[in-house]
Amino acid sequence: MSTERTVRFSLNGRAVKAHVASHESLVQVLRDRFDLFGSRESCGQGLCGCCTVIVDGKPVSGCLYLASFLDGTSVQTIEGLAPADDRLDPVQEAFIEAGAFQCGFCTPGFILMTKHLLAENRAPSDDDIRHYLTGNLCRCSAYPEIVAAVKLAATKQRGG
Amino acid sequence: MASQTLTTPAMPAGQVGRSIPRLEAAAKVTGRAEYVHNMSLPGMLHGKIFRSVIPHGKIKHLDLDAARAVEGVFLVAAIDDIRKVIAHPYYGPAFHDQPILADGKVRYAGEPVAVVLADEAHIAEEAAGLISAEYEELPGVYDEVEAHGAQVFVHDELKPAATFPDLAHLLGRRDTNVALDFQLRRGDADAAFAAAEHVFEHHFRTQPTMHTPLEPFVSIADASGGSLTLHTASQNPSFVRIEIARLLGWPENRVRVKVPYLGGGFGGKLYIKLEALVTALSLIARRPVKISLTMQEQFFMVMRHAATIRIKSGVDKSGRITARSCEVWWNGGAYADIGPRVTQKAGFTAAGPYDIDNVELNSYAVYTNRTPAGALRGFGAPQTCWAYETHTDMIAAKLGIDQLAFRRMNLLHDGRPQATGTILRDAAIDKVLDRVAERMNWGTPLERGTGRIRRGRGIAIGFKGITAPTTSVAMINLYADGSCGLYIGTVDMGQGSDTCMAQIAAEVLNLDAESIKVIHPDTDVTPYDMGTLGSRSTFHMGTAVRLAALDANQKIAALAEELGVPPNSNLPFSELLRRKYRMQAGNIIGIGSFIPGYDKPDQETGQSANVTPFWGVGGSGAEVEIDIETGEFKVTKLVNVADVGAAINPKLLAAQLSGAAIMQLGFTTSENMLYRDGQLTNGSFADYKIPCLLDMPAVFINEFVESRQHDGPFGAKGAGESTTIAVSPAIGNAIADAIGVRLMDLPLTAEAIHGAILAAGIGGDDEH
Repeated sequence: MSTERTVRFSLNGRAVKAHVASHESLVQVLRDRFDLFGSRESCGQGLCGCCTVIVDGKPVSGCLYLASFLDGTSVQTIEGLAPADDRLDPVQEAFIEAGAFQCGFCTPGFILMTKHLLAENRAPSDDDIRHYLTGNLCRCSAYPEIVAAVKLAATKQRGG
Repeated sequence: MASQTLTTPAMPAGQVGRSIPRLEAAAKVTGRAEYVHNMSLPGMLHGKIFRSVIPHGKIKHLDLDAARAVEGVFLVAAIDDIRKVIAHPYYGPAFHDQPILADGKVRYAGEPVAVVLADEAHIAEEAAGLISAEYEELPGVYDEVEAHGAQVFVHDELKPAATFPDLAHLLGRRDTNVALDFQLRRGDADAAFAAAEHVFEHHFRTQPTMHTPLEPFVSIADASGGSLTLHTASQNPSFVRIEIARLLGWPENRVRVKVPYLGGGFGGKLYIKLEALVTALSLIARRPVKISLTMQEQFFMVMRHAATIRIKSGVDKSGRITARSCEVWWNGGAYADIGPRVTQKAGFTAAGPYDIDNVELNSYAVYTNRTPAGALRGFGAPQTCWAYETHTDMIAAKLGIDQLAFRRMNLLHDGRPQATGTILRDAAIDKVLDRVAERMNWGTPLERGTGRIRRGRGIAIGFKGITAPTTSVAMINLYADGSCGLYIGTVDMGQGSDTCMAQIAAEVLNLDAESIKVIHPDTDVTPYDMGTLGSRSTFHMGTAVRLAALDANQKIAALAEELGVPPNSNLPFSELLRRKYRMQAGNIIGIGSFIPGYDKPDQETGQSANVTPFWGVGGSGAEVEIDIETGEFKVTKLVNVADVGAAINPKLLAAQLSGAAIMQLGFTTSENMLYRDGQLTNGSFADYKIPCLLDMPAVFINEFVESRQHDGPFGAKGAGESTTIAVSPAIGNAIADAIGVRLMDLPLTAEAIHGAILAAGIGGDDEH
């Protein structure tokens, strides 16, 4: 029923390969082959942003992205964001300082999207942030704190 | 003396009241926090559920052969298979009415009928799609009021659980859909209505909604060697252990329940959800079994009660409410879950936070052929508040009294009896209302507009009782190196309990909160806790933690005395342990256990001298802008104020209040589980819209008032639900203020507003 193929790609900066079946999604492969749990399937329809993964510099819904297409790509997950075990990315620091999460399940998706937003726009307004992150859902509704965290992260990244 | 050579640790004073980040913050921002979602065990099978497609019927035939023939399928199970390991496979916290899989009959569309186990989830899913069932369809009952008197019965007879003694009289009752009938009588409502200057009566409805935690329900069972370990996304591990042990006929010590972080709960992940099913399957398969629901499947698990509420008030010449009667029908769905408790707890506050001498309340838990209903952030209080605060606003408008003034005139104050007769204490209802009014600039006129865009504002206030009597036990383990572990059954599902409990322990033990390790629920390790629900943890578990820390301090003092160390020497306990055991060894263990006082309400009158451990109080104010041509509207300002006692961690608390209010904003303006002929038509995020960043009101204020719960830990009480209570009526009242038309049913949508505007003929002539 399903065919397997081997895909070679870069995962958080390291060359990896995996044998994947045609039905498997990126989020399943990250979970089942690489023990990376930060991108999470939640709504299963690409509507909540919990499964966000950066592929070739662009955020994708990991639950809808077929793993077969990974060959030759560069994949970044939340686990690859912190520069060291004892040091966090400024966006991660900002999310902690602003208290921008409660249960934490959606947080990796928000952080990766924020990373991408700040790469495009160094000083986003409240409105920019709300529109850019509107595809990420937080059921604990830490939205005011998330907006504050993104602004704080922007300041940190600008060296402010 | 040796003590003089030791450095006394700096006093980390003021642990309570510090806004420290969550203890697990780094784990959550790096994606490494532990959830059941992440877990797998060696040899684990994945289960997929085959569900009923009809709302009510007898199962005539179930064809499992095609599923069994799929390569990679390990097992396909129906109720007869479950019975081989659990002879009486019915569970529930209030009634033992829910079968682990459908037992000859299905009672709602989406009910689990069979399960496929396979090594890989996608094989199980494919095989489950090959199962077919034939049913003899039965007429269904879906509406809570119709079901109350219907001749179609969801259950043949009532089966109350022995754990709730106040339900014992319902045992064996037949030919009814009413699982519980709570009533309260205070004063003489009939006489007061007859004597009243004005009598008002209105009917309200609230819609079914779902918790939709972003981590969908997930449980793993691992049964081997006569014992069982469950890893489950549960809000009450102690209950899971007790109920699973009961089903199996095992002692509690053979059932171990472990809970890591939860990706949200909101009342959904309570009692038994997938735990009984995975337990039975693991016993049959003799391998670990995991079932992870999809977001779509969550809508078939549990929901918030829809309700129909009739409310009637008598008012005297001066504007005092002299009598109020309420009848509440709760749509409980096919299985009782905790619905009977919602019926009772939200029942006794259904007349609102007002000082009314004559009160008559009837509250009915009604079975219907829908998804079972249970607890959702407020235990029914947001539903009843929708009714009483809209009703109260309508009375004020009719009498020509300012909405705030009318509420102040009738407000219930500390020292006065609530409808149950319990004397109100430490409920800052007046302060909350004052703060809402202040933040809404209520005294300043609002420009309402005369053209296409109209503006309005509204306020509302509500309260809730807390489930009682319930127990929490905490344990503190002081290790020989001077570090500390806190062992509690409270589940951190995002509310920040790990952090707050560590702060309480740290305050008493004179440690830094960040240095304390909170050991997550593991029923083999952590002591009993009734559950993480109903705003109870800070008050109940917080008190138990405080007592455990005091107990540890007493044991430190006793050890110092035993060793001949003078009092007030400030020797660290690690040094005391070293002196006693002559090496880094031993422990000091403090235990704290707490159950608040409670007086069971009288069966006939609902009267009680002590009906709740504390009162949750929440007030809201809203401003709206409405386009009267389309009905589209925006909540431009939302103010939420709660009485939470003293704040253990003000920043976490403010986020919790804000989050609860936004959740209720969704339940007010967009979320609605739409049923047609007993079938849910919008059970996914594609059609069921929860709030996103763009739904945030432009002005959004969340505050708590200065107050103190006299018997709470450091003056604190619970806060998880308070700002859900009054959001809906505040917005509804603002809409009425803007367009002069009342919406009586939730949710408040553009379509509903447009319909109401058309019906009332507003705006038409000035525009054309």
